[in-house]
Amino acid sequence: MYRYDQYDQAMVDTRVAEFRDQTRRRLEGKLTEDQFKPLRLQNGLYLQLHAYMLRVAVPYGTLNSAQMHVLANIADKYDRGYGHFTTRQNIQYNWIKLEDAPDILADLAAVEMHAIQTSGNCIRNISSDQFAGAAGDELIDPRPYAELLRQWSSFHPEFLTLPRKFKICVIASETDRAAMKLHDIGIRIVKNAAGEIGAAFYVGGGMGRTPMIAPLIRDFVPLDQLITYSEACLRVYNRYGRRDNKYKARIKILVHELGKEEYTRQVEEEFAHLLTQGIEPPIAELERIKAHFTDPAFDQGASDDLDLSDPAFALWVARNTVAHKQPGYVIANISLKPVGGIPGDASAAQIHLMADLAKEYSFDELRVTHAQNIVLPHVKKADLHTLWQKLDAAGLGAANLDTVEDIIACPGLDYCSLANARSIPVAQKISQRFAANGKTGELGELKLKISGCINACGHHHAGHIGILGVDKKGLENYQLLLGGCEGDDTSLGKITGPGFTEDGIVDAVEKATEVYLAERAEGERFLDTYRRIGMEKFKEAIYA
Amino acid sequence: MLDHLRFREDEPAGAPAVTVDAFLTQTNAAAVRIEPGDDARSLLPFLEQLRLVEVNFPSFGDGRGYSSARILREAGYQGELRAVGDVLVDQLSHMRRCGFDSFLPEKPFDPEDAQAALNRWPEVYQATGDGRQPIWAKRHPANERD
Repeated sequence: MYRYDQYDQAMVDTRVAEFRDQTRRRLEGKLTEDQFKPLRLQNGLYLQLHAYMLRVAVPYGTLNSAQMHVLANIADKYDRGYGHFTTRQNIQYNWIKLEDAPDILADLAAVEMHAIQTSGNCIRNISSDQFAGAAGDELIDPRPYAELLRQWSSFHPEFLTLPRKFKICVIASETDRAAMKLHDIGIRIVKNAAGEIGAAFYVGGGMGRTPMIAPLIRDFVPLDQLITYSEACLRVYNRYGRRDNKYKARIKILVHELGKEEYTRQVEEEFAHLLTQGIEPPIAELERIKAHFTDPAFDQGASDDLDLSDPAFALWVARNTVAHKQPGYVIANISLKPVGGIPGDASAAQIHLMADLAKEYSFDELRVTHAQNIVLPHVKKADLHTLWQKLDAAGLGAANLDTVEDIIACPGLDYCSLANARSIPVAQKISQRFAANGKTGELGELKLKISGCINACGHHHAGHIGILGVDKKGLENYQLLLGGCEGDDTSLGKITGPGFTEDGIVDAVEKATEVYLAERAEGERFLDTYRRIGMEKFKEAIYA
Repeated sequence: MLDHLRFREDEPAGAPAVTVDAFLTQTNAAAVRIEPGDDARSLLPFLEQLRLVEVNFPSFGDGRGYSSARILREAGYQGELRAVGDVLVDQLSHMRRCGFDSFLPEKPFDPEDAQAALNRWPEVYQATGDGRQPIWAKRHPANERD
């Protein structure tokens, strides 16, 4: 994985000093809260209901064990012993004191980490495929391009006061595991007819209150123009994105209002101009970064044999592991969705353990997924049973990846000042319901996503089943959506009808799954059945 | 306190800046003031006669002026580029990177804070046309490239 050189280190060290100074000026009253707010946001500090929340960047979701240990130490030293992994492959702490924030950033900088631009109206952490470098279906490892973009977007002086936040995702495989088309810019690394590697740009996707799937605006940007093209996309947005209404300020609205053709025309014009400005790093820089992402020293003779005689282990292998490109290895997913737990939460002890296991069994590498789970990307099959036993003993052995129990949920009204309703208790009740009725396995792949308000941090639009918490005359109320999908055939869920109480939504979800089980054809997932038969039968059952 | 921060040796333009609309209809002015919604590119045919371009920041959170500044510098504008309005010390280094060489803030700067902000970043990741060598260029000196 990528390691800092003296320049990268100087940048994060400088940032710590800068924020220490800004925090001091805030505490001395030299900066007003209005003036300080964007500065703290760009260092990941949100003011929530009860305390400050700190969001730490995990660039493209990749980290090593030393970094993971520091994340655990921060949970112990500055929080209440927990970390919360997020849908943007980051980690958040919910009980932070402002005075401690500069010291936390210094602890992070010591292991080449930061909280730069994890919030605010700027380019956020670059996300990517959690199986990058391990998946069998990828064209090339997408992370070097994400790292190139990370450096370009960090402290980019022109783009620190954009109309609104800006999220970029880079993938390089046919299967989209990162919801690429639901980003402000989604980049797919592709090969053209001449066999050259380049980037396809999808611009103007997003969730929030106006969900949009990003249209393709250019099918091939040569690699030695990647930064220049990105800069053109951003400049057009910075100049013309709406600033009169925060809810219409994302680039998706600009692309929608101008039309894809006109936005593209403006980007191409800006691009032609910027190509004359010498802003593109040389290809040698991309090659330098790529050298950090070579394959680990796989055991070339590793066996593909796996003893599945233990049924609990066999279930975990079936549900939580994914084929690796290297024979004898698998990608192991650690579910942070124990039945009745808080999706994405891990205790400091669990974070330490995952770090140790990564060091011992996965070439010192971990990934954070947008589904709020952790991945050990390179596990030898011969080690898998031992690994699973250690995970299971620590409460990390839930065998439920991509099932109805593997719920994405935002922090909701338990923590967030924007929320209208709680998300966590709904997630807990649903996973308990399905664990109790034993249908989790039979239901197969079923992606359920919960947001506690219309801002959609819990990706409810993209859930096969989505739940949106709203405020109905002072009471928490939950709307049900069906048919969303974040993958290659991206689609947005549709609301079934009137909303439900907290217990009512759990019943409604169960009824929807019963319709699926009754109606499904051979080999169909929940989503496939819904797409084939439509909403009507589900509505009849849910509102009967 | 610092009322006006200027990084130029020449004499400041005497005449007050006119609006872009006024400038485009009576094109003999040497000083113009850009508002966030103005298109900086409308000034490009007249850069030679301009000695001062003021870019107004009615609110520090509106970042359109950063693009306006870079567009003017990229087109070769050599005159004074002055940030005016709600300009804060923590924006100084970014504004310098976008080509501003003069600052007239609504509320004067604390000189120490301004100095610290301007000297903050020993390294930069991007090429922005401000003459600073980005990190990637230091990693790959020109004679090693191609």
